[in-house]
Amino acid sequence: MSTAALQEPWAKSDNPAAPIPVHQKMSRDDLIMRIALCVLAAWLVIAVLLPLGALLIKSFEGPDGGFVGVSNFALFFANPSLTQSISNSLSIAIVSTVICVLLSFVFAYGLMRTCMPGRGIFKLISQVPLLAPSLLPAISLVYLFGNQGFAKSMMLGQSIYGPIGIGIGEVFWTFPHALIIMITALSTSDARLYEAASALKASAWRTFWTVTIPGARYGLISATFVVFTLVVTDFGVPKVIGGQFNVLATDIYKQVIGQQNFRMGAVVGLLLLLPAVFSFAVDQWVQRKQSAAMSSRAVAYEPKPDAFVDTAFLVICGLIAAAILTVIFTALFASLATLWPYNLTPSFKNYDFDNMDGGGWQSFFNSLRMAGFTAVFGTAIIFSGAYLMEKTKGFGAGRFVFQFLALLPLAVPGIVLGLGYIFFFNSPANPFNFIYGTTTILVVCSIAHFYSVAHLTAVTALKQIDQEIETVSSSLRVPFYRTFFLVTLPVSLPAVLDIAMYLFVNALTTVSAVVFIYSPQTTLASIAVLNMDDAGDVAPAAAMAMTIFFAATAVRVVYTGLVRGVLGRTQAWRHR
Amino acid sequence: MNTTQGVTVRVENCAKTFADGTRALDPVTLDVARGETLVFLGPSGCGKTTMLRIIAGLEKPDSGGRVLFNAQDVTRIPIERRNVGMVFQSYALFPNMNVAQNIAYSLALRGAGKAERDSRVAELVALTGIEGLENRNIDQLSGGQRQRVALARAVAMRPSVLLLDEPLTALDAALRERLRGELDRLLRTLGITTIYVTHDQSEAMTLGDRIVVMRKGAIAQVGSPRDIYFKPASRFVAEFIGAANIIDAVSDNGVLVLPGGRLAVDKTGHGQVAAMIRPESIGIISPEAAFLVGRVASVSFTGDRQRLVVDGASDKPLIVDASNTLAVKIGDTVGLTVAPSAIQFLQGA
Repeated sequence: MSTAALQEPWAKSDNPAAPIPVHQKMSRDDLIMRIALCVLAAWLVIAVLLPLGALLIKSFEGPDGGFVGVSNFALFFANPSLTQSISNSLSIAIVSTVICVLLSFVFAYGLMRTCMPGRGIFKLISQVPLLAPSLLPAISLVYLFGNQGFAKSMMLGQSIYGPIGIGIGEVFWTFPHALIIMITALSTSDARLYEAASALKASAWRTFWTVTIPGARYGLISATFVVFTLVVTDFGVPKVIGGQFNVLATDIYKQVIGQQNFRMGAVVGLLLLLPAVFSFAVDQWVQRKQSAAMSSRAVAYEPKPDAFVDTAFLVICGLIAAAILTVIFTALFASLATLWPYNLTPSFKNYDFDNMDGGGWQSFFNSLRMAGFTAVFGTAIIFSGAYLMEKTKGFGAGRFVFQFLALLPLAVPGIVLGLGYIFFFNSPANPFNFIYGTTTILVVCSIAHFYSVAHLTAVTALKQIDQEIETVSSSLRVPFYRTFFLVTLPVSLPAVLDIAMYLFVNALTTVSAVVFIYSPQTTLASIAVLNMDDAGDVAPAAAMAMTIFFAATAVRVVYTGLVRGVLGRTQAWRHR
Repeated sequence: MNTTQGVTVRVENCAKTFADGTRALDPVTLDVARGETLVFLGPSGCGKTTMLRIIAGLEKPDSGGRVLFNAQDVTRIPIERRNVGMVFQSYALFPNMNVAQNIAYSLALRGAGKAERDSRVAELVALTGIEGLENRNIDQLSGGQRQRVALARAVAMRPSVLLLDEPLTALDAALRERLRGELDRLLRTLGITTIYVTHDQSEAMTLGDRIVVMRKGAIAQVGSPRDIYFKPASRFVAEFIGAANIIDAVSDNGVLVLPGGRLAVDKTGHGQVAAMIRPESIGIISPEAAFLVGRVASVSFTGDRQRLVVDGASDKPLIVDASNTLAVKIGDTVGLTVAPSAIQFLQGA
């Protein structure tokens, strides 16, 4: 104890109040990171929060721009055709959600819990609807069951234009979203529970209700709310096939584009925000519950072959997959037929976009450019934001605010965000007014709209990296940005590519987020589909939708190739 | 390169209260000599890692606390400017770089030319005994090799203080034991002031010039490994380090009065005491010749020795480490002998 001056170790501090920590000089790294985080937070404020604020203000404005309280809302609720849309939206959403969740559960069960053959190909087919705008299934349904549809007799005299068509289209379009959640829910089951159940001689039926369903209950809840929100806020399907059946999402479009009644559009937009916000809250709750429910000692469930079960699921999943492919191939055939249904000779006449309304091939190239910018800038912004939020030392309040801003877009339907963009960016008083009508505003809106999912992907990837890497680097006196570029970014490459792909495909296929803010110079392919369909050029609309589909598919194929090839080599360390 | 590098470290009145009001560390004052290896030892949650992080600059002490390197106050200086080398339990090696790139990571930035970098890497690779692995990827290394790469990377920049947080804990027991010796040799070669955190007492004994035993955010004892082992300051230290018999008995003028007889001690006066005796300090002799006798309740043969539990001698069963050749079986009555100097009186709880 020669050099140790040891203080009485049991002496407690006399000061009962929590002491303040010593103030440490902020390192240059800390300062740069905090400033960068604030800049990105400011970006989110401009791209998400302020447009929503503008929407809110608009809904309380009178025709002369003054504050009129809730009178716009009173007007809305006094209009029976508008309130009818609420019940229409709700009923169609409830029916579609029940069907979609049931189908996706059965499909996911087949994929995860049975030994049916062809699970890989089934999973691939199930993701196909993500590669097309929601307009595509609606157009296909017109060709299948419409007035001149080749399967019209199957409708038994009912019309596809209206709730039936919307319901089928929405189920098709939301199916992959629900399926992903269901696959996750069914993959986190504990084999030991099944062993215990069979040791107790529980029947298969009893085991299903006491083990399988409780295990997947959070997935069921989550999928229900996600699908419900998607259906209520989707605009593409009811626009094409809704006929006289009005829903809230198409009402916004009619109020804003048709009647130029922006205030009423804002009121409907706020109403659409409600289910989305509610669903968001439920999802957050579910995520907390689910992460607590899974123990690290759980044993993965390995399904055993069972001829009867496997055949039954093969039939059911085969029917679902066939339905998905039928929708896609119908659009393809319709787009290739010279004049449906009279002249079915294949031709590329419908792909001759330059001789039609809707912006021609230029709108497709605009879309590629817009999606490309969204992928490049979006990935850079989102990944940097997630990195700064995760790695900035201290600054709890700033990081909390950033997390809130980053998750906010999850609760905002695209059509509502787009409407907010009109009010916010079109105002001459806004210094950012100059981006109105340019590709930039489309890119900004798309990044903002798809921010949250990409942000969560980045955060998950960053959390998987050893947290001490940054600590070691700073002890080695290496600036954080060097470690970011030399270590964090290369190690996170799979997530970065995943984000870029997600942003590209979604920016390519989205209609709702951009329908209010494109200009004649920046028409997009998905908008062209909408406008051509509106103008009665349904076959060219199908052709354009298929063009989008092929572009999205090509990007996915390139992505898969990259992941298997380049990443397979550089990320070898992951597999140890 | 056996030059004594590094600085003296002084921790002065450093306490740590987290934002939620949890007291992680009571005020601690401690000096570390230049080139010394000081080990913080204690169960999880005792504050030893907090202590290390305060020295590193990763945590700020409560106001009033100071950290000094070579008498210079570094409390307000962030980790980037403290010139400390760190090795973590997870090693935090850069997975996308090979061994040489990991080691040279900080060198490239210091304006070192390629030749200089290469020679420094070669030097460190030789020092840590990982020659030939320079171009291996991290995932191709064993746990022990990773640990050495992490150490080489930490000392590449010639830090003033080397901070190691449970660097062997992730390894299996046999490897840990072997690496303990190597690490000890390496730290002595480097001569850097080293602060080492562990919950493993054998590691602490092997590596530490001095050991700081911590408990519930406070220092329980500071001393050399021998001091800590043979002269524990408290019941907690005695029980935490190795096996210990702690006897509550009456001491009466140089004699400890026990149910099974008496033991001579070098302590005068009369009173209730807590006495600590290490199992290996108790000798087995024939009961006729002994002042203290007991009955063997269990015998476990562990190869290098046999551990007996002897009933009836003390207020609770005594643990005795006997020679592996001693013929003894359950139920035998044995005599026990302990040198008075091997009986340590404990204070406090």
